[in-house]
Amino acid sequence: MSGAGASPARSPVREGIGESVDRPDGTLKVRGEFAYSSDLWADGMLWGTTLRSPHPYARIRSIDFAEALALRGVHAIQTHEDVPGRKTYGLELADQPVLAIDVVRYEGEPVAIVAADHPETARRAAELLRVDYEPLEPLVDMDQAVEADEPRLHEDGNVLRDIHVRHGDLEAARAEAELVVEGEYEIGMQDQAFLGPESGLAIPSEDGGVDLYVATQWLHVDLAQVAASLDLPLERVRITNAGVGGAFGGREDLSMQIHGCMLALHTGRPVKMVYTREESFFGHVHRHPARLRYEHGAARDGRLVYVTARIVLDGGAYASSSRAVCLNAATTAAGPYDCPNAELDSYVVYTNNPPCGAMRGFGAVQTCFAYEAQMDKLAAAAGLDPLELRRRNAMDTGTRLPTGQAIDGPAPVRQLLEELAEMPLPASRDGGAPDLRELPGGVSNTTHGEGIRRGVGYAVGFKNVGFSAGFDDYSTARVRLSMASGEPQVEVHTAACEVGQGAITVQAQIAREVLGVERVIVLPSDTQVGNAGSSSASRQTWFTGGAVRDACEAVAAALLSRADERLGGEPDELSPDLIAELIGDDAVEETREYRPRRTEALDENGQGDAHLAFCFAAHRAVVDVDVELGLVRVVEIATAQDVGRAINPVAVEGQVEGGIAQGLGLALMEEIQLSEGRLRNASFTDYLIPTILDMPPVRAAILELPQPEAPYGLNGIAEAPTIASTAAIVAAIRAASGRELTRVPVRPDDVVGLAAPVA
Amino acid sequence: MDFIQPTTWEEALAAKAAEPRSVPIAGGTDVMVDLNFDRTRPEAILDLARVPELHDWGAENGSVRLGAGVSYARVIAELGDSLPGLAMASRTVGSPQIRNRGTVGGNLGSASPAGDAHPPLLAARAEVELESVRGTRRVAVREFFVAPKQSVLADDELIAAVHIRRPGGAEQFSKIGTRNAMVIAACSFALSVDPVARRVGTGIGSAGPTPLVAQDAEAFLEGVLDETGGWQSGRPLEDSVLERFGELVGSAARPIDDVRSTAAYRVHALGVLARRTLAWARGQES
Amino acid sequence: MRLDCTVNGERHQVDGVWEGESLLYVLRERMGLPGSKNACEQGECGSCSVYLDGTLVCSCLVLAGQADGAEVVTVEGLAHAEHELHPIQEAFLAAGAVQCGFCTPGLIVATHDLLARNPAPSEPEIREALAGNLCRCTGYEKILDAVRSAAEARIP
Repeated sequence: MSGAGASPARSPVREGIGESVDRPDGTLKVRGEFAYSSDLWADGMLWGTTLRSPHPYARIRSIDFAEALALRGVHAIQTHEDVPGRKTYGLELADQPVLAIDVVRYEGEPVAIVAADHPETARRAAELLRVDYEPLEPLVDMDQAVEADEPRLHEDGNVLRDIHVRHGDLEAARAEAELVVEGEYEIGMQDQAFLGPESGLAIPSEDGGVDLYVATQWLHVDLAQVAASLDLPLERVRITNAGVGGAFGGREDLSMQIHGCMLALHTGRPVKMVYTREESFFGHVHRHPARLRYEHGAARDGRLVYVTARIVLDGGAYASSSRAVCLNAATTAAGPYDCPNAELDSYVVYTNNPPCGAMRGFGAVQTCFAYEAQMDKLAAAAGLDPLELRRRNAMDTGTRLPTGQAIDGPAPVRQLLEELAEMPLPASRDGGAPDLRELPGGVSNTTHGEGIRRGVGYAVGFKNVGFSAGFDDYSTARVRLSMASGEPQVEVHTAACEVGQGAITVQAQIAREVLGVERVIVLPSDTQVGNAGSSSASRQTWFTGGAVRDACEAVAAALLSRADERLGGEPDELSPDLIAELIGDDAVEETREYRPRRTEALDENGQGDAHLAFCFAAHRAVVDVDVELGLVRVVEIATAQDVGRAINPVAVEGQVEGGIAQGLGLALMEEIQLSEGRLRNASFTDYLIPTILDMPPVRAAILELPQPEAPYGLNGIAEAPTIASTAAIVAAIRAASGRELTRVPVRPDDVVGLAAPVA
Repeated sequence: MDFIQPTTWEEALAAKAAEPRSVPIAGGTDVMVDLNFDRTRPEAILDLARVPELHDWGAENGSVRLGAGVSYARVIAELGDSLPGLAMASRTVGSPQIRNRGTVGGNLGSASPAGDAHPPLLAARAEVELESVRGTRRVAVREFFVAPKQSVLADDELIAAVHIRRPGGAEQFSKIGTRNAMVIAACSFALSVDPVARRVGTGIGSAGPTPLVAQDAEAFLEGVLDETGGWQSGRPLEDSVLERFGELVGSAARPIDDVRSTAAYRVHALGVLARRTLAWARGQES
Repeated sequence: MRLDCTVNGERHQVDGVWEGESLLYVLRERMGLPGSKNACEQGECGSCSVYLDGTLVCSCLVLAGQADGAEVVTVEGLAHAEHELHPIQEAFLAAGAVQCGFCTPGLIVATHDLLARNPAPSEPEIREALAGNLCRCTGYEKILDAVRSAAEARIP
């Protein structure tokens, strides 16, 4: 037998690693019996609702709730004065009031909460609350926020964070470069638009604490904030992840958690809160809109000499995870290329726009749109094919980022581009009578073939995996092996939030793989076990998978010890019969934390090994553009992505396809439109996400290049599909239309060449 | 909130007269959105879904009398040949679920400038049949819309039906949206070229405070077809005619910039749609 | 208001319904049938899709009173028996078409309607029929696989 981590032979197991195992919650979901957070119910339950600010920036002079409180069926109305503990919360800085105190800083900021016996009563009561606002002039332009300190939205000024990466010698580089291309790019505010509304149920408990069932992405960070604001010890707040209807970053920040608990504790009754779709647009953070100014300098043969970038991200009214987004933008700004000299400046600012935070891609989406547009410009200037230009500059394992960090895992940029280049292009439309549904505009009958040009575009992107810059990122798993109805059974208990991605499926697969036991139950995720970290940053399979693996290996080791004690020697094989004999009535349980190598903060020149690992994906988009009307139909998206190791191939494909759909949405149709800080399209009528008629077939090449240090060589996969898909689609539209297209989402006006109206 | 559910047309009319502020609901695809979103709390809702008279359509001397309660899905399935323009527009409405419930009568009742049914009705010079306890009247669709979401419908009136002449020639409909399904038009255009009646009909959607007609464009094209004997000859129209027609349609629009599109784009796009639909109506390439 | 209707073959009588409630609200909050979902409540997402007297509709757009005396079928009523799955449900599971699953009930009902009307739909026909059902997780690819495989299984 060999040393630590090695295990004896297991019985060959079905549904282990590498198989497309069915989701354990799938049957309930297809039957409509799966309990989402908005489906919960308790005896004596009250309904909570939130009164929100109609102004993007205003002072609150007074709140009068006598009339509202008198409404029959109203049980409680609360404001900031009723917050028992810490009055603010936040992922990075606790700068966000639980309920507004004296001032509101964004349209939709919560001001008061109401509990009533019917949601209609709660709504009517909220209407009767008399809030006297003094509207103030909102700060809504991100560039202005970088320069101006007035109005000062927070104590430390309007620039929340700025990072300056200095790499090489820019002056010398400028002198050396023979080709220079510049550009200014803009990304509009995308929304996660998860389908399950923000919702949860808070039940007061006899010990003066509370049990909260909520759809969330990170239980323990919720726990810390909720306990702090309720002024309760951690043990008296128990949070369970209720069924989640998608997340994509939008549930990392709190929604109804503290509010529901406050109302429940005050009334002594369970309180359910469910946001409407309109309220949901106000109730969670969005993707940071960005303005990026780039300059790429290269030698005549297209090899990069330098990159400069000035990136401004609009963080909105509160900090959320903006500081980390700023860092990710700074570190990905030059793209997956070998860049010998760079000056990269990344700013995130406070404004009175809606707060922005985590959304799949987290800063790397914005930079990718800009740097890939630049690379195409450079290719044109160098007279090179866009793929060739990228090949000449591609990263490899060992390439250093402008932050000085060497990519020590696979950096298969060239390989991914080769995969795409080898995929045949879809057939062009034949000359015959077209099916309208295969043309831009579809059954809306805008073209019968007139004005259509086909374009092809490529893009490659990358991002860090896991939390960065010295954050103590880890996960915990408790694994228990027992006998149930005469068979060995494994229970896996973690706080990893299943948000649709398949976390529960892979945990079970890993447990089966390590222990060779078929029957594995993944228990509900709650705070009764240690922190699993966030279901974000493409990290959960890696970190919680690692913790499950380690806990299972500890269980196996414990079993081997038992065997040694009882049978006088470690067996060569842990068969189910032997396991049954060793367990008997005496279950084996182990809890392990998984903690990979620690990352470093960046220094004042933006230097440091800030990231754990990186993921890469390339995309090719084929579009048909009606150049007279500016309408686009995406014909096909091809992708090549390195996933390290596909723990569940069907689930991997699902992440790839779903991520591409979100990239398509940002390219063509998704934007929260703001006017002086006010949302103009807070509904699915006018915030458009792709339908099945908008999504094309996806052709995917999945590479498995083992990620060193990661369990089973796997890599994070969920964000990579969203990073470069937008850029590839816009590149294809440029090819078809000849337009520069420096902003996403692309509007028909842009494709046709009409100037945007002055706001 | 009162819920009134008549089972005959007489009952419905009496109920509307008794409660003029009651809000009629049929398919619910507009009214329920306002209710669910807490935008309206009417004192009474008048459910017309069980009034059998509203669910029929019939042919009468070259016209179709389309009951106000006939769903878009049925217009597509049953009237695709008789009313091709309206059927094309119906196909672009919402989704299958919406088309199963939404009605042309409901579209008229909401009187939104973006209603998909309006442009084909304008192009066909249809008439709306309104009724109250005081009697029946017919109003030309071209006179029906007054302001955004306002029509000439009196408080005690209900929409009984729409009368649409079966076209003597080709009809077309085209709609611009920024995604391929479930989208409110950025602008839309309907066209009818009727060699039998020697009339051109147009309808513009989502490009003005109400659905609009491009009168100058109609007169222009009628003139050209009269002069050149083009009604019956089927000779292709000159590019310059197509262009001019497009320009005149564009200039009939009174669009604004809003969350769905810009005024400049709407004018531009209408010009393109007008040119293309005319070419298709004439069976020629544009 | 009292509401009397048949849901999934069972008679339901509910009192105290507020006149402004939708059929969706009644199903979820008063009849113990939360399978139909409330993703948008404005008819834009299809997650609330049910059959109303045999027609596919968004239940969020049906006023409660309009369902009085009607026959409603929800996702919970599609499987023929307690421990079975309808072939369409099987197909969605097997194809990997379920991620968060919030859109799944609506899609399953809409697919059921499609295949009842058109047992061998082409791809454009599938897409047009399901255009009223939004999914945010899957990108629709595996949903298409599921519908194709359900069609091939020739649902009775």
